[in-house]
Amino acid sequence: MRATAAALSLLASFGAHALTADQAFRMAGAEEAEQRAAAITQAVQAQASQVPDARLGIFLKALADDAVKTAGGKAYIVGTDDKAVDAATGAPATLPADAEDVVNNNYLRGVIDIAQAALALSGPDVGERRTAAARLAAEPDASRIELIDKALANEQDDGVKALLERAKAASLLASDVRDQRMQAVGVLARDRTPETQLLLNQRLADEQDPAVRKVLQRALAEIADNLAWGERLGEIFSGISLGSVLLLAALGLAITYGLMGVINMAHGELIMIGAYATYMVQVAFQRFLPEALFGWYLVLAIPVAFLASALVGAMLERGVIRFLYGRPLETLLATFGISLVLQQTVRSLFGAQNVGVENPSWMSGGLALLPNLTLPWNRICIVIFAFLVLGGVAFMIARTRLGLFVRGVTQNRAMASCVGVNTARTDTYAFALGSGIAGLAGCALSQIGNVGPDLGQNYIVDSFLVVVLGGVGQLAGTVYAALGLGVLGKLLEGWTGAVLAKIAVLLFIVIFIQKRPQGIFALKGRSAEA
Amino acid sequence: MATTHPTLELPRPAPLLGKGGWTMFLVAFIGIAAIAPALNLMVPEGHWLHLSDYMIGLLGKFMCYAICALAIDLIWGYTGILSLGHGLFFALGGYVMGMYLMREASGPDALPPFMVFLDWKELPWQWSLSGSFALTVLLVFLVPGLLAGLFGYFAFRSRIKGVYFSIITQALTYAAMLLFFRNETGFGGNNGFTGFKTILGFSLNTPRMHVLLFALSGIALLGCYLLSRWLMQSKFGRVLQAVRDAESRTMFCGYNPLSYKLTIWVISAMMCGLAGALYVPQVGIINPSEMSVGNSIEMAVWTAVGGRASLIGPIIGAFAVNGGKSWLTMAAPEYWLYVLGLLFIAVTLFMPGGIVGLARQWREHRAARRGKAEANMAAAGRPSAASPSSSIIAKGARA
Repeated sequence: MRATAAALSLLASFGAHALTADQAFRMAGAEEAEQRAAAITQAVQAQASQVPDARLGIFLKALADDAVKTAGGKAYIVGTDDKAVDAATGAPATLPADAEDVVNNNYLRGVIDIAQAALALSGPDVGERRTAAARLAAEPDASRIELIDKALANEQDDGVKALLERAKAASLLASDVRDQRMQAVGVLARDRTPETQLLLNQRLADEQDPAVRKVLQRALAEIADNLAWGERLGEIFSGISLGSVLLLAALGLAITYGLMGVINMAHGELIMIGAYATYMVQVAFQRFLPEALFGWYLVLAIPVAFLASALVGAMLERGVIRFLYGRPLETLLATFGISLVLQQTVRSLFGAQNVGVENPSWMSGGLALLPNLTLPWNRICIVIFAFLVLGGVAFMIARTRLGLFVRGVTQNRAMASCVGVNTARTDTYAFALGSGIAGLAGCALSQIGNVGPDLGQNYIVDSFLVVVLGGVGQLAGTVYAALGLGVLGKLLEGWTGAVLAKIAVLLFIVIFIQKRPQGIFALKGRSAEA
Repeated sequence: MATTHPTLELPRPAPLLGKGGWTMFLVAFIGIAAIAPALNLMVPEGHWLHLSDYMIGLLGKFMCYAICALAIDLIWGYTGILSLGHGLFFALGGYVMGMYLMREASGPDALPPFMVFLDWKELPWQWSLSGSFALTVLLVFLVPGLLAGLFGYFAFRSRIKGVYFSIITQALTYAAMLLFFRNETGFGGNNGFTGFKTILGFSLNTPRMHVLLFALSGIALLGCYLLSRWLMQSKFGRVLQAVRDAESRTMFCGYNPLSYKLTIWVISAMMCGLAGALYVPQVGIINPSEMSVGNSIEMAVWTAVGGRASLIGPIIGAFAVNGGKSWLTMAAPEYWLYVLGLLFIAVTLFMPGGIVGLARQWREHRAARRGKAEANMAAAGRPSAASPSSSIIAKGARA
């Protein structure tokens, strides 16, 4: 086949300025697929040396779209309105009654695709040229070297140039000349992507020359090294991102459970309320504000989610939890009841199906760090958000009046009351704060997962485990536990799969609690009950 | 130095059940083993005394639930340890029975349908004992018992208690649920086991078999009740209650709470396993959703609603809550979660003693009123000066 292609490229040097009727017919109606492929390649190569004829591009597109018919040695392009035009001239024509459909097999589709890419190389649009060059680089073929060389000579854009160089090197990889092969490996090795790895590996399997083999092996080792780094970093990042999700979900609980000792099984539902509040803000933006402002909905959703959950939390504390302080197991049951009621309420209001929360446009896409490492923006935002919230909570507890009161009431309620702290109000504020943080978590989680009535259920067990593992009443412990579990979970996941990793993490926690019942950071004391 | 020890007179151990208790027990036994089957099988359909197949199935199910509630009461009401993992033991008992039923349904040499579907060639090791009914019955107790023993030993040894214990039992159940949801663990994955046909060669789908399973569940419930009562009246049960009320003090008195807690924990798990094994042939399906966190918590609520630390309470609670659920999920399904949720809240806030506690309060209230009335009558008899004795009676009755 290579031989026919070479022979045809000789023919091409006679120069065919424009698409002729005969050429068009050969491209569409020849008996053998090989003949048609050769005709297409020839036409494209002829074009590359001349000012390109727009008819060829249109014709190729029609071929790819199955919109070409042949009759009597001519090819016609048939539009969606059933009007035919002559493929070579573009003049309206009547379609003969005996016109036949052109059928493309997969091989021909590939050829047409590449031909279109080759044509696009001389197009005016940089983006299109880049896609075309990438397309050629992905399917190297020695017969296109001449074409790439011509494109390289005219190309001004560095990005496209680099891609073309790569495409040329990939095409030269199978060259008969040893030095060309060596050079090609050198060029390719600079591009440390999984695709190059695959390409070089394929070459290594066929390569006979020991010197080239050596160069190939060295290049492959370098690429593998680089890719391993990308993979490792990617795993660590996804671990941190999972950890920050856990941290967000557990931070509120670190206050309500860790500091106040309330076993709040409705914590997950407070997260859910935050997510639904975000959804409602989004709907309001879609409905009442111009589209240009949509990207900003999240900015408003953050305080709304906080306030919605904080309000519900305050009502719960006033209505139910206040009566159950000091009876942890009963609080657990009562708050589980609350969680059922909240779930059913959401189901009645919004339906049992998940609702759609869209990422604002600035959160879609990702940050490409390495060829095989792209960090999604929404994950990055959540990591940053989690640490901002953490900073806020730490500040609140350590530096504000409310934080002082909360700590005072937690440590010695009677004494705090004696020095004039309104303990009942402090409890309400603290619980509302913890609930509000759950709402913030919900707002963040709505950006990466489903928002539905079951949202809270997915996080409640994890949140409790994080707080228990970190040590009750220890903010730092919560942070370490969340990030540790996140990274551990993701590392195990790469090794055993998601579900087994989850089970392993759960069992790890169960065993860890046996060893250190007070968590990573135990409160120091001498109580006999400790 | 010779000292004389005063002879210590210990109170005689109370009988297992009083005269009235035994009568009630006998009535319940006859009702379950004779009257209900007769009303279902003998009385023609349409007659007002006829007990429908639906009711037999429902009551049979409730009795299994009641065993679970009783099991939770032993560990929570009497020992003060709230387990959120009893759904796991219940499901394990159910899975052991389900494996046997699956083997029967597919024939001795054939693989269960889901394994054929997964293109497996032979039974995995977990199934090796499931061919024999006797071993299955043994495993119904052993599997939950061993798991509970292992888990409980480590947990109680490190003195994990209270909420910590609840949360790690929850984690254990959650982990088990995730494991059972997987296809390659060999338990039917998502769908669990279903399509049972026979048990010991007898068809599962005859009215006689339904009634038999119903009666067996009832007898198991009565047996569990007697066992629990015997345990709780013995010294063993008293130590458990002492552990519940003041673990450190019990320890300082020379008792090692570990063995006591572990024993009751294992017994409780085994009871739940038995309930699961009786439940599965009656409902005809078992799947991992039985291990969901919510299910285990719901079991605790049956106990709380009926009344903790009383043996009849959990049974009443299981029947009341599940009866309400069956009725409401038919009448107004969307309100069931509201009712259940509000029930959780109301019971913890207003009825810490559950239904039994309410009854007890009412009885005391009546006794107090009667005492007051008697005192008033006595005072009326001697109007000059109230006798000190009568006022003491009145005060005592009111307290």
